[in-house]
Amino acid sequence: MRARAAAVQLALLAAVAFVLWYLASNTAANLEARKIASGFAFLGREAGFEIGEAPFLAYGAADSYARAIVVGLINTFRVAVIGIALATLLGMVLGLARLSRNWLLAKFAAGYIEVVRNVPLLVQLFFLYAVITENLPGPREALSPLAGVYFSNRGIAFPLPAPHAAHAWVLAALLAGAVLAWGLARWARARQARTGQPFPVLGAGAALVLGLPLAVFLAAGAPLALARPEMQGFNFAGGAILTPEFATLLFGLTLYTAAFIAEIVRAGVQAVDRGQSEAAYSLGLPRSRTTRLVILPQALRVIVPPLTSQYLNLTKNSSLAVAIGYPDLVSIANTTMNQTGQAIEGIAIIMAVYLTISLSISALMNWYNARIALKGARR
Amino acid sequence: MKAVHSIAAGAAAALFSGALCAQSTLDAVKSKGYVQCGVNTGLAGFSQPDSRGAWKGLDVDTCRAVAAAVFGDHAKVRYTPLTAQQRFTALQSGEVDILSRNTTWTITRDTSLGLNFAAVTYYDGQGFMVPKKLNVKSAKQLNGATICVQPGTTTELNLADYFRANRMSFKPVVIEKLEEVTNAYFAGRCDVFTTDVSGLVSTRGSRAANPADHLILPEVISKEPLGPVVRHGDDRWFDVVKWAVFAMLEAEELGLSSKNIDQNASSTNPAVQRFVGATGDIGKMLALDNRWAYNIVKQVGNYGESFEANLTPLGFDRGINNLWTKGGLMYAPPVR
Repeated sequence: MRARAAAVQLALLAAVAFVLWYLASNTAANLEARKIASGFAFLGREAGFEIGEAPFLAYGAADSYARAIVVGLINTFRVAVIGIALATLLGMVLGLARLSRNWLLAKFAAGYIEVVRNVPLLVQLFFLYAVITENLPGPREALSPLAGVYFSNRGIAFPLPAPHAAHAWVLAALLAGAVLAWGLARWARARQARTGQPFPVLGAGAALVLGLPLAVFLAAGAPLALARPEMQGFNFAGGAILTPEFATLLFGLTLYTAAFIAEIVRAGVQAVDRGQSEAAYSLGLPRSRTTRLVILPQALRVIVPPLTSQYLNLTKNSSLAVAIGYPDLVSIANTTMNQTGQAIEGIAIIMAVYLTISLSISALMNWYNARIALKGARR
Repeated sequence: MKAVHSIAAGAAAALFSGALCAQSTLDAVKSKGYVQCGVNTGLAGFSQPDSRGAWKGLDVDTCRAVAAAVFGDHAKVRYTPLTAQQRFTALQSGEVDILSRNTTWTITRDTSLGLNFAAVTYYDGQGFMVPKKLNVKSAKQLNGATICVQPGTTTELNLADYFRANRMSFKPVVIEKLEEVTNAYFAGRCDVFTTDVSGLVSTRGSRAANPADHLILPEVISKEPLGPVVRHGDDRWFDVVKWAVFAMLEAEELGLSSKNIDQNASSTNPAVQRFVGATGDIGKMLALDNRWAYNIVKQVGNYGESFEANLTPLGFDRGINNLWTKGGLMYAPPVR
């Protein structure tokens, strides 16, 4: 019996290996027959095209294809990371709002979720992009609701604090505050275990994290010179700008994914039996501590696995950037493929990168899931 | 997204297809009964469906000419609209037989992409279009401008080269579909739209709310010879496409048009006799019917007729696309 099973497995493995070998050799033969260049040597060649947004890594047309693709990767990461954070936040709020006893709030959240979940994301992106580029005025007639902030069809230009030596100290104070708050929380937990006395960790922690940097900032004389955007020639110079493409993609992904996350959160909370909170109340735990110590740990167990797929979806959906002109990984890899004609290599790069990102997110979320799993529960 | 699909499909085709190039394209086309032609998704004057869904334009006429030569029927063409990014993969993978989509002939495409450019049907150059209200008179004043451009084009590369050479900077807004990129320009997302001058004239004439509000700057920053493309390594098909284009040029030079070719078919001019297939066996050399050239001119027309029908109404000038005998660059090798 075991021998037969092993033989079947072996045969299957051989078949898979044969198919892979056939694909590889057939591809090579076809490319050769059509005189299409192959290999990854093109990555080192000069790209020759410009990229609209290249944050964190300087890029010019004289740089290589490899560097252009890395710029695309950074752009994908930028929109995915911020998008995941915002979508989680908005999704939590919407999910809890849908459970609210306030009729208006609950119905509004339900309506939002149903509409947004059921309209294709690409349509939403085109809609948002049109709203931004068609309705906002040109840069010379930009709307300025606040001094130094300009809304135009070139994006939202806003001031940034000019760098100052004291800013490093403020950042250090922020880190110190965070470390102190963490220590305080540990101490408070140990003390409560010993004496049963609770300590207002949340308030004190917040005071440390926010107060310390603020104190340092004020002590340094509040050096906040703003670099304001100003109209120079065709566009705004100075300050920072949120381009319509980035804004569209970020808001589109956030609004769309948040609707799904909201349902996951609602499902998670409803999955916790009523008896759990009733038991906690009967023990005399206040409502906030019941939520934090009894409901949430059990809800998270249900929430986290499907949340992981939403994070993966958001990251992969960011490739819709192509349609609205945000230079993400797929957009730049597409251009590269087109300029060099090496589609197989380009697609291979895209697949490898998305696979790596997705597996990393999965691994991270699985680790977190294991951490929040009920201790002592059978797995 | 469609681009990704097509490119992925192309990659998959390269992975799976077996003996795709064992059969010559000409035999394959003859046996399936139509020419599969890759065209633009919608560029007025070159390839665009009209109100009844029939494809019209200079590039479309190249496809029709090939069908007329092969089948004696210009209507035996099926069109595949392709974006700039999809086009080469579609041709490489055998999805289309000809790519006739205002495609610039460059050495990279001719060699490492595994393609062959059959002929030049339009001599073009890259230019810039700006709204008149910006008061820009020269491309040299465009430092710092936001520029709308399509990806995967020579345009995108020339643009970067031009600004580098002139030590100027710009912000590209790169959108794949022509409709979307021109919408972005007309909505004011960009200060400038750049593509081949033919594309600018066509876009201004067919999409601008008021064409007079937009100015095409005098600088032409590149050479863009546009023409039909076929796969590398299939010489018979290459010859058919090449000579279908040359036949349209030769007809104009001989003074033969769709209107007068029947009357002139009995002309004693030996060049005309050879051309219409009354004498000689030029058609057989191409493995086609001997009346191949007659069919092209009778059903599609000569190059000048095609130009006047498709481009003149949009405000195009013959310019360098006139015949060599009239001071232009259009020159067909002798049909003999």
